[in-house]
Amino acid sequence: MIHRYDTVIIGAGLAGMRAAIEARVSGSCCVLTKVFPTRSHSGAAQGGIAASLGNAGEDDWPTHMFDTVKGSDYLADQDAVEILVKEAPLTIIDLEHMGVPFSRTEEGLIAQRSFGGHTKQRACYAADLTGHVILHTLYEQCLKHAIKFYPEYLVLSLVLADGVCRGVVAMDILTGDIHGFFGRAVVFATGGYGRAFKITSNAHASSGDGLSIIYRAGLPLEDMECVQFHPTGFYPSGILVTEGARGEGAYILNDQGERFMKRYAPDRMELAPRDVTARAIQTEIDQGRGIGGGAYVHLDLRHLGEEKIRKRLPQILDLAMRFTAVDALKAPIPIQPTAHYSMGGIPTDIRGRVIGDAQGTVVPGLYACGECACVSVHGANRLGCNSLLEAVVYGARAGKVVCEDLPGIEWSDWPKGAVEGVQGEVRALVEREGNESLAAIRDELQESMQKNCGIFRSRGPLQEQLLIIGKLQDRFSRARLSDKGKRCNTELVEILELRSLLDFTELIVRGALAREESRGAHYRTDYPKRDDAHWLKHSLARKGPEGPVFDYKPVRITRYQPKERKY
Amino acid sequence: MNQSTNKYTFKIFRYDPERSPRARYDTFSLEVAKGMTVLDCLQAIKASQDGTLSFRRSCRSAICGSCAMNINGKNDLACHLQVSLLGGRTVTVDPLPGFPVIRDLVVDLEEFYRSLERVLPWLVRSSPFPDKELPQSPAERDRIDSAVNCILCGSCTSSCPSFWFNTRYLAPAALLKAYRFIFDSRDEAKGERLELVDDRNGLWRCRTIYNCEEACPKLLKPNEAIAALKIEALKQSV
Repeated sequence: MIHRYDTVIIGAGLAGMRAAIEARVSGSCCVLTKVFPTRSHSGAAQGGIAASLGNAGEDDWPTHMFDTVKGSDYLADQDAVEILVKEAPLTIIDLEHMGVPFSRTEEGLIAQRSFGGHTKQRACYAADLTGHVILHTLYEQCLKHAIKFYPEYLVLSLVLADGVCRGVVAMDILTGDIHGFFGRAVVFATGGYGRAFKITSNAHASSGDGLSIIYRAGLPLEDMECVQFHPTGFYPSGILVTEGARGEGAYILNDQGERFMKRYAPDRMELAPRDVTARAIQTEIDQGRGIGGGAYVHLDLRHLGEEKIRKRLPQILDLAMRFTAVDALKAPIPIQPTAHYSMGGIPTDIRGRVIGDAQGTVVPGLYACGECACVSVHGANRLGCNSLLEAVVYGARAGKVVCEDLPGIEWSDWPKGAVEGVQGEVRALVEREGNESLAAIRDELQESMQKNCGIFRSRGPLQEQLLIIGKLQDRFSRARLSDKGKRCNTELVEILELRSLLDFTELIVRGALAREESRGAHYRTDYPKRDDAHWLKHSLARKGPEGPVFDYKPVRITRYQPKERKY
Repeated sequence: MNQSTNKYTFKIFRYDPERSPRARYDTFSLEVAKGMTVLDCLQAIKASQDGTLSFRRSCRSAICGSCAMNINGKNDLACHLQVSLLGGRTVTVDPLPGFPVIRDLVVDLEEFYRSLERVLPWLVRSSPFPDKELPQSPAERDRIDSAVNCILCGSCTSSCPSFWFNTRYLAPAALLKAYRFIFDSRDEAKGERLELVDDRNGLWRCRTIYNCEEACPKLLKPNEAIAALKIEALKQSV
C-alpha cells in the first residue's frame, strides 16, 4: 500500500512533533514512529532546556553562544549555534504558551537552574521531568491540530530517485505489512543510537535506524566519531541521573570521599562540561579510586536536604531506590559514565535541509532535525540542556522550511518496486536459515564498543574493534530468527535494529581512528591534544563500493576564534 | 555488586492468533541475578529461550510507559520492578487486563488513546498571550504536579472494573488528563471540559473502587483527581 502526504515525518520525539506542528500548515502531513509518540526517548530527558531568559540572574544570547561554542571544543558551526541561542528564549515562551508546565519561581516565572558548561543559570526545567512534560505537551498540540500518526511503524528505507527524495518504506510492526509513504518532503527526526554501547542511558528504541537508512542510501553522515558519555548513569544499569542533580549542588566523590573534580576542573567543579567530567570519573575508576576499587563513584545529594530533593529531583529519588536500592536522602548514589548522545549525524544546512556532500549540495525533498541531525550546534561535545533546545528550535525550523519549499517541489513518480524490494528483503531475513543468535551478536557488539571505542580511545583497540565489527557483520548474515510470524514480530524488529547498529558503528570507529587528535568527547590517549591545524574540520563518511569513504568540510567560525579550553 | 543468582519460574501468558486461536501459559525457568528487573528477565527469556515472546519496551527507566503489564496480579511497569522484591519464586506475567490482546503481552491501546481525545487534552485560551510566559505561582503549578507526571502507560484504566464493564467510560487516565487542564491556572476552558466529563460515561461511572490508586506505577492517585473533579462538577451545577 502506498500512502501519499505532502510531508512525511519520521520520528515523534520533540523534533518530529515540533516539525509536524509547522509542516501541517502547508498541506497534508503524517508522522511515522516506531513507538507511540509519548513513548519517544525525548521523554527521558530530565534536567532542563537551555535559554537565556534571565529569570535567575542576568543572561544573554552571546554568553549562551560562547558557552556552547567553547563546550563544543570549537567544532560547532557558529552560524547554527547563533540561530539556536537567539531563538531559544522565544522558543521556551512558545512552549509555555502551548501548556508546558515548567517549574516556577516565587514571582511566577519559569524557574531556571545551573547546568554543566553553562556559566549562567539557564536551564528551564519541570522538576527532573523536563523532557517528559515537553513531549506530552507537543503530543497534545498534535492532537489539537489532528496530526496523522502512524504509531509502531518502523521505517526501513529511503526512496531516492535521480537524487531526489520521494519518500520512505516502512513496516507496520503490529501487522507486519510493508507500506510505502510517498511525500514531496521527508523529514528525518529519528533520534540517537546509545544502543551501540553496553552501558547507555538510552532506550531500547535508540538504535540509530535513521542514520543507517541514510548511509545505506549512499548519503554521508557527519562527525560520527563524536559520541557523548554522560558522567552520571546509575551503576550498573547506566540509566540517566540528571546533570540537574549537580545543577542543584550535588557532589561527586571517589572512594576517599574526595570531591575529585577540583583536580580536573577547579573553576567549574561538578558543573564542568560532560566530556571533562566523564573523563575525570573514568580516570578515578581506572586508577582504582572507584568505590571499594569498583567501577563506580558516588553522587551525593544528601546535603541538599529532603525538601529540595523531593521538590526538584523526585524522579531521581524514585529511580535510585528502584534501580540501585539506595535511598538518596540517606546515602550517596553509585554512578558511572554512560553512553548518552550523538553529536554527529545526518548533515544539514541551517535550514534543516539534508546535504549530500562536502560542498553543501542539498538533497531535494529531504530534511533532518534533532539528535539524528548534525547541523552542527554541538560540535565535539554537547552541553546539557542544548539537546532539547536543538530538537525544538531546529524541529520548528525544518517544519517552516518545508512550508516554504513545498510550493517549489513537484510530485514526481513513485519508483516502481520500491515497496516490493523491501518486502523481499524482510521476507529473506525472516526465512533465512543459519546458526547465529541475534542476541549474541548484539551483546558482543555492545560490549566491544564499550571496551574499544568508549571514553578513552587509541589506535590499537580501535583497529581491533574494526575487525570485531567485520566479523559480527559476517555472522549477522547467518543470524536466524525463530519468529517466522507477521503479526507483531518483535524479533524481526530487533534484527532490523541490529542491522542498523552494525552499519553505523563501523563509521564511529573509522571516524575515531581517522581523527588523530583529542577534541571534546573524542579523546585519543595516543593523541591527547587538540590539533586545529589538521582537525578543525567535520568528517563526512559515505558508503563506497569497498566500504566507507571519508571526506571533510570546514567548520563555520563567525564570532569566536578557537582558543585553549579550560574549566 | 553481589552476583549470587537464584532460579525463578516465569509463567507467561501467550497468545498468537496467527498460530492458534487459543491462549495459553508458557513456563520458563531463569537464573535471576541480583538487581534484575522483570523486564530484564523477559529480555533474557526472549534472547536465549524463546525469540517469539512478544512485549513492548523502550526506555527501561519508568518514563515511557511501554512495558506496563500485569505482574503477579498487579499492573505495573516491568522495567522498574526488581524480581527479588516480588516474594515467591514464581512470577506470573499477563497482558494489561481490559484491553484486547494483539499478541502475548502486547495489547491494543487504540481505544485508550481515543479516550484521552474526548477531554479536550490541550491548553485552551481565548485571551491574548503576553510576550512573556503566562504567570503561574509555584502553588498553582503544584496543583497539577501529579497529573502532568502521568506517563499514559494505561495501568490505571486497565485496573478499573467500571471500565471492564463499559469501555465507553472515560476511565482514570483520561479523567486525570482532564484534571491536568481543569486545574491548570492558565487554562480557560474549565467549564467546557467539566461538561465533557460530567457524564454517565465520565466522572459518575467512577464507583470509587480505587484500583487505579494501587495500579499507578508512578503513585499519582487518579482517584483523588476524580474526586476533585466530582466536587468541581457539583459546584458548577448548583
